[in-house]
Amino acid sequence: MSVLVYLIPVSIALGAIGLVAFLWSLRRGQYQDLDGAAERILFEDEDVPD
Amino acid sequence: MSCCAPEAGVFAHATDVCGASPSREEIVLASRQATKNLREVRLSVPSIHCGGCLRTIERALANLEDVAEARANLTTRSVVVRWKEGLSPPPIAETLVAIGYPPHLGDNEATGADRSQAELVRALAVAGFAASNIMLFSVSVWSGAEVELRNLFHILSAFIALPALIYSGRVFYRSAWAALRHGRTNMDVPISIGVGLAFAMSLYDTIHGGPHAYFDAAIMLLFFLLIGRTLDDVMRAKARTAVRDLAKLTARGATVEHQDGARTYLPVSEIKPGMTILLAAGERVPVDARVQSGTSELDRSLVTGESAPLTITAGAIVEAGTLNLTGPLRLKAMAVAHDSFLAEMVRLMTAAEAGRSSYRRLADKAASLYAPLVHSAALLSFLGWAFATGDYHRAATVAIAVLIITCPCALGLAVPIVQVIAARRLFERGIMVKDGAGLERLAEVDTIVFDKTGTLTAGFPQLRDSPPADSRVLALAAALAAHSRHPQSLALVAANTVREAQNVQVDDVREVPGQGLEGRTGSGLLRLGRADWALHDPGTVSISSRYPRTILSRDGQLLAVFSFHEHLRAGAREAIDALKAQDFEVAILSGDHAAAVESLARELGIKRFEAGLRPGDKLARLKGLAMVGRRTLMVGDGLNDAPALAAAHVSMAPSSAVDVGRTAADFVFMRDSLEAVPFTLAVARRAGRLIRENFALAVIYNAIALPFAVAGFITPLAAALAMSASSLMVVGNAMRLNVGTLRAAERPERITPQASRPPNAIARVVE
Repeated sequence: MSVLVYLIPVSIALGAIGLVAFLWSLRRGQYQDLDGAAERILFEDEDVPD
Repeated sequence: MSCCAPEAGVFAHATDVCGASPSREEIVLASRQATKNLREVRLSVPSIHCGGCLRTIERALANLEDVAEARANLTTRSVVVRWKEGLSPPPIAETLVAIGYPPHLGDNEATGADRSQAELVRALAVAGFAASNIMLFSVSVWSGAEVELRNLFHILSAFIALPALIYSGRVFYRSAWAALRHGRTNMDVPISIGVGLAFAMSLYDTIHGGPHAYFDAAIMLLFFLLIGRTLDDVMRAKARTAVRDLAKLTARGATVEHQDGARTYLPVSEIKPGMTILLAAGERVPVDARVQSGTSELDRSLVTGESAPLTITAGAIVEAGTLNLTGPLRLKAMAVAHDSFLAEMVRLMTAAEAGRSSYRRLADKAASLYAPLVHSAALLSFLGWAFATGDYHRAATVAIAVLIITCPCALGLAVPIVQVIAARRLFERGIMVKDGAGLERLAEVDTIVFDKTGTLTAGFPQLRDSPPADSRVLALAAALAAHSRHPQSLALVAANTVREAQNVQVDDVREVPGQGLEGRTGSGLLRLGRADWALHDPGTVSISSRYPRTILSRDGQLLAVFSFHEHLRAGAREAIDALKAQDFEVAILSGDHAAAVESLARELGIKRFEAGLRPGDKLARLKGLAMVGRRTLMVGDGLNDAPALAAAHVSMAPSSAVDVGRTAADFVFMRDSLEAVPFTLAVARRAGRLIRENFALAVIYNAIALPFAVAGFITPLAAALAMSASSLMVVGNAMRLNVGTLRAAERPERITPQASRPPNAIARVVE
């Protein structure tokens, strides 16, 4: 059962990374135009985020 | 934009016949400092409808000199432009108009609502993270972890749960505390108590190595409830943005002449009594004022509901919000914006709204019944177990299990999930729902009251006998009329489908305010306007007062008489027929003259109508209806309707309505057709039925689960399963709104983002 010593922190860390990533994307306004995002993927020219 | 107080918005009238796109001065007024050397403005562009639009707009704007960044948004149909500070702003509006996307000024205030939504989403994310991690541990415990491991997992769960419960639960604790402090109770009280007790009890058991901990139940409860809260908030925010962004155009300011003769463009809020205002034809009157010089005609339809323009000369008093049609005016401001006609309306509205605040939302009604029941059940089971066994720990565990299992998880979702789906349904048809409570109230309506001008009618006249017998005469009239903004002129231009106008050469056209238009052709002097002005011998034309007319003459000899009638709003007949078929009582309350109202009421087959009502009268009529127990839906667009909109049980306004009207209304419909009214009613009624079903489901679930909890059979696993199952059931039931009977009511409809105008009038706006 000593493997739990690694697995538990890893599982919590993975969850925390997901949480932080979500909060970051929220702060950057990535959910402000969901309809637009669905369309922009079809643009041919480079759409470089700032 | 705090300098432009909300009152500035009263003059807004969507793609107004005379409203051009925002001027550069207005854009500067509306912009804000984004970074050190960039200014930013948010423009609402209702005609954005696909990905291609985004690219066209962004490319066109990015090509402008000085534009640093342009980002279009498909969801909110707006575009944010940043340009280099200091210089005069780039021609943003002009560019957008040129590529076919006429913009309106949006509201640049960062509202508190957006912040509350961000807080909810963050709380939801944290709760979701904590719930999934704790659930990992719980599943291992439920599948039979050994005692040491179980204790370790419980401790870890406690460490994750504590910060998450504190952070994510704030929304509920705050609201529960506010309710308790005022001696009331709401849904958040049992939630807060349940979550708090469950955590405390589980912590006690964890420390003492007990077998059960309810950390997962507590955090999952918050997670589900936050989903409901967030959905509710998102729905309202979406409607708010859409309504706020509607054409806040025209008179955000006016040209003021100072004593030394200098002219500046001032925002409405800075115009003081005594200032001299220069008002060109096509502008709206910014504040109540007296005419010093000039003659013109005023379109007062949005202010009083009168459909025919009023001729004014020096000395006349003009109300804020009326539209100057034909000639330039010099005005002396008589009041600041706060004291203008609008202020009177706002006063009436505030008084009217006080009556409505007595309405309690369904969820609150349910909570006020539910909370005492749950608390007494928990207390009774605690006392019962304590007496029966003497084991206080066991009694407390059972009591908490009762609290958790009956916690209004499904109840918390029952209302918002249905309303969100209903709002989305309506949004697809161009109908904005301002508040879920509006949907609840709409389902109870039995009487529908319409305003006339701009609501049942399109708000602009139409040629009666079109196409007329002699198309050449019409072409002649249209060639003259093309030089005027008068509604009748626009109607003539619109009716002239034969494009002969180009071949007609009319020179020296001038508009004689209050009289009409005159111009020269090879064959003589043409006049289009009042009979006594256009004709040498006005007696030759028979007087018919039923319809407004205009005369075309050549050298004083009659060429043609054009008569106009008000043009029904698209779908008005169908909507009225549908409503009458469903046994709604339909009535018209109008500020216009009796003759106009009567002919329209007869045309639509509406028996109850009243004309010549002032705003206070409309308000009194609605209060009278409420007194006899009627629940009314008021549909109106004018400034004079605003108090009535606020007083009605529930209200709707077209997107072309004045700002205060849209603010007062619970629903705003963006497309032309009045069929939005029966459709919204149908959706609201169906949503009401689904909400009641959801409540029934939640009650049934509780009736089954409660005995088990009281008997002490509910383990954390059972609680988690029951909670998830009941929530899913409620959500699944709400989804039924998307299918079924409403399909039949739907017909594909052409998307017209704003109230349509005669095609030529739109062309004029774009010019």
